[in-house]
Amino acid sequence: MQSELQIGRKSEVIAKALVNDADGSPRIEKRARLFDDFIRYVLLFCGIVSIFTTLGIVVVLGRESLLLFSTLDAQGQPVVTLGEFFFSTSWQPAGLKFGILPLLESTLMTSFVAMLVALPLGLGAAIYLSEYASPRVRGSLKPILEILAGIPTVVYGYFAVTFMTPLLQGVFGRDTVQFYNTASAGLVMGIMILPTIASMSEDALSAVPRNLREASYGLSATKFETISKVILPAALSGIVAAAIVGISRAVGETMIVALAAGAGPNWTMPPNFFVAAETITGHIARISGGDLSYNSVDYDSLFALGFALFIFTLGLNLLSRYITNRFREAYQ
Amino acid sequence: MTTTNGATAIDLKSVKVFYNDKLAVDDVNIPIYHNKITAFIGPSGCGKSTVLRSINRMNDLIPGARVEGQVLYHNKNLYGDNVDPVEVRRRIGMVFQKPNPFPKSIYDNVAYGPRLLGIRDRRTLDEIVERSIKGAYLWDEVKDDLKKSGLALSGGQQQRLCIARTIAVEPDVILMDEPASALDPIATQAIEELMRELVKQYTIVIVTHNMQQAQRVSDYTAFFSIRKAEETGGQERRWGVLGEYAPTDQLFSNPKAEETERYIRGEFG
Amino acid sequence: MAQRALSETRTAEDQAFARSLAARHFRGAVWERFFQAAIVIGIVALLALMFNTVNRIVGLVAVQEAIHPSEISDVPLEQLSAEQLAAILTERLPSGGRVLVRDGLLGGADYYNANNTLTMGQFLPDVTLPESVASKKLSELQPEDTQALFVAAMDKNTLLDEVYDQVVGRDVVGSWPLTASLFNRADIEAEIAADHPNATLQWNSWLDLQFLVDSMSNTPADTGIRTAFLGTIWVLLLTLLVSFPLGVGTALYLEEYSSGNNWLERFIETNIRNLAGVPSIIYGLLGLAIFVRTLESITQGRTVISAALTMALLILPVIIINAQEALRAVPPSIREASFGLGATKWQTIWNQVLPAAMPGILTGTILGMSRAIGETAPLIIIGAATFIVKDPNSPVSKFTVIPIQIYNWAKQPGGQYQDIAAAGIVLLLIVLLLFNATAIILRQRFRRSLSA
Repeated sequence: MQSELQIGRKSEVIAKALVNDADGSPRIEKRARLFDDFIRYVLLFCGIVSIFTTLGIVVVLGRESLLLFSTLDAQGQPVVTLGEFFFSTSWQPAGLKFGILPLLESTLMTSFVAMLVALPLGLGAAIYLSEYASPRVRGSLKPILEILAGIPTVVYGYFAVTFMTPLLQGVFGRDTVQFYNTASAGLVMGIMILPTIASMSEDALSAVPRNLREASYGLSATKFETISKVILPAALSGIVAAAIVGISRAVGETMIVALAAGAGPNWTMPPNFFVAAETITGHIARISGGDLSYNSVDYDSLFALGFALFIFTLGLNLLSRYITNRFREAYQ
Repeated sequence: MTTTNGATAIDLKSVKVFYNDKLAVDDVNIPIYHNKITAFIGPSGCGKSTVLRSINRMNDLIPGARVEGQVLYHNKNLYGDNVDPVEVRRRIGMVFQKPNPFPKSIYDNVAYGPRLLGIRDRRTLDEIVERSIKGAYLWDEVKDDLKKSGLALSGGQQQRLCIARTIAVEPDVILMDEPASALDPIATQAIEELMRELVKQYTIVIVTHNMQQAQRVSDYTAFFSIRKAEETGGQERRWGVLGEYAPTDQLFSNPKAEETERYIRGEFG
Repeated sequence: MAQRALSETRTAEDQAFARSLAARHFRGAVWERFFQAAIVIGIVALLALMFNTVNRIVGLVAVQEAIHPSEISDVPLEQLSAEQLAAILTERLPSGGRVLVRDGLLGGADYYNANNTLTMGQFLPDVTLPESVASKKLSELQPEDTQALFVAAMDKNTLLDEVYDQVVGRDVVGSWPLTASLFNRADIEAEIAADHPNATLQWNSWLDLQFLVDSMSNTPADTGIRTAFLGTIWVLLLTLLVSFPLGVGTALYLEEYSSGNNWLERFIETNIRNLAGVPSIIYGLLGLAIFVRTLESITQGRTVISAALTMALLILPVIIINAQEALRAVPPSIREASFGLGATKWQTIWNQVLPAAMPGILTGTILGMSRAIGETAPLIIIGAATFIVKDPNSPVSKFTVIPIQIYNWAKQPGGQYQDIAAAGIVLLLIVLLLFNATAIILRQRFRRSLSA
């Protein structure tokens, strides 16, 4: 078959498929590739949708928030000023009182309890997985954390009301612990966040270079001393980043608090973890779940709460990423 | 269109390659003769692969890469304003250092190029696939199992499959970037024999770090070497240049430049 | 002398060192136990969650009846024909069963009152009715019309349920979780005897076929999840339809077309990472303002399509980030080989890169979808219906989904609602398990196909 191939000559099919100039030389000039150009723009458009999402969030939340602050009451006074919004301790939409503090307080309370659970346990689990567990044990334990991470939050909410709350009431007494309370919501939220913190911390721990560990062992440190004095400090920024992401998830979590923390804003000072109190997200969920009329002050106030939540969590996430990036540079 | 020996398929004229505005290869002038094997040799970092990849505009895929000078092909400069790299690559094929079959069947690997050219007819494709695989001396080993994944073949077979894939579109020139460097000696020998066979129909340019290989297979050899200069701030700048170009026999038996001789004797690499 | 003193101090030092070394090891061992405990607590929490849920889907219930079935019929009710059951309903219910027609078939009192000029045929276009019935309004129905209507519009099982519900007055007055049912039966019997002397105890599984195929009801024992299940499927399919092409398109743009140093591309990239961290409730507010309100003329408000679009935006970052990783895992040599043969960029992507990355992309998509299955908060915000008996049948149907039902049931007072919520949760977790198993299988095949 070699014989049929002659030097410098193409077979008929291939020659026909290629385009040549009049003099028989190959045509290599640019051709219009409309389809390729079209696809490129389609794909660019896809990418821009995500920008529009962010833009949409900012515009929608911003616009409705502005509406809240520009609403006037019967006396022609604004129903709420920015100062009152952030610093007054009463949130009663019916009485035109829009002070975020009671909602913020319970948000911080549930998040605090959650972090109290998730940080030590998540970090402990991460240390165990990355420093102590054999590859086989790690291989069978990690999926369990992944299952925990994959359980829908409404299921955690159910767990809080049907398990954690009765448990707390059993331990501390029904008189002390109300049925709806921030402690139960916070504890369960901590379990929910545990896998996030564990897996991010584990990444940070396993990124610590081997030679640092070896140096520590070489100086006759025990395993725990190596972990606590060398590995943890080296991985600290990654762990801090994990904690910040954890806080951000706790602050934004809705279903657990909507089911377990209680309905109705409640300003308690000093904070009482065993009484019902409504968080920012819980309030948004409860109010919008009812018959909410558009263009009402209530409606606008939800978006103002949402905007505050958005800015807060965005700030936390940016901070976490900034810390992670700094950390990466340190070892590269 | 028939060509006589001695005519060039490609002419590199004052080719310079830059990466991110840093000179990588300076002023290369090489004629690539029809139906001959031209070998590029030289120490690592001398830019021989870079020059090879500039011949079918594969460098375009590397962000920041830029070519100056002329690569003439049928009297057209491949780096002219109006040239479409896609069309160039349909005429000037490439075989890579590591065998890189698509994760598809042997048949689909070979039929991919013809399909890109718009050939859809099943019987025509069958013919092209058979002819190309035979041309790469792989037919007897795979003819019963063309549906098998290309990745299931041995390294040497994979590289011959890649060659079959390249010759399926019957390019004017085949560029080979160290095609045997990932293979064992027996597979290497098969590839070398295949190249001598292919050169009857095709023009081949091969980059190799193996001087014996260049000596065995090539008709012409271009030796690249490295130039260094101290930059302000104490940093060293390196770039490749064409050290010597000659018929292979002549270059190896009677090198003109002292540097070539030292390289051939194995004094640096 | 000096020698001896030195060696004595050394022994003392050695002893001190040995003591402190023992202490150091002890401290280490204690902490190791703590680290181990952390992960054990995680496992225990998972087990408690599972047990707490499963424990409630099977157990004893106390059933009480207003009239004994034998007073209605000589043979067991289960053996009666549909016509006989319908006759019992017309005969025994107030206003000849017309109230049941209104509440069970015509969408309830509010809906009926708003449309009370319509005839039966207009209300129920999908049901084949005798002409005499179809042309009448509700107020004009005679008992025999009502009976014919019941037979035409309800199947036998529904009729049986209605007879038990409305006539026999079968009512579940108490329910107990599995553990209590097994180990505290005596206490339960005593409690029943004291509180509900007429009630009988029987075993019941809340998660049964009836739960899967029935639509919603006001009594927990009769309620089903069909409408919510279909709602979940509708929302998921539409979500997939929107988010998959958008997500893969974005990933392709960022990985294959982007040079990486253009401000727009960097901005898109950063933006996606940020969107991934936005709380889901914020997406709910976005969906409420944009899809439910601004685009109401297209989406018809609180409908399947509004929910799906909101969900699509929510899981887009998950799909994009996973698809990017899958594309990055495709060896560059495959792209080079394709370009080397004279393929255009899109030909290379379509013929080589996408097929090679597809299992990875699908895995990521499934992960995104399993997030969408469980998400509840955004759908509460955009206003999923809490009580709805009509199955969704178009993108602009009103709808509910499984997690919304779980939320509603979990919120209700009364143990039976907790039981039915548990049944919903188990169903939800099974669906999630199937999704994730698929993802794992795909991931393994992906690894194999690129390394064979």
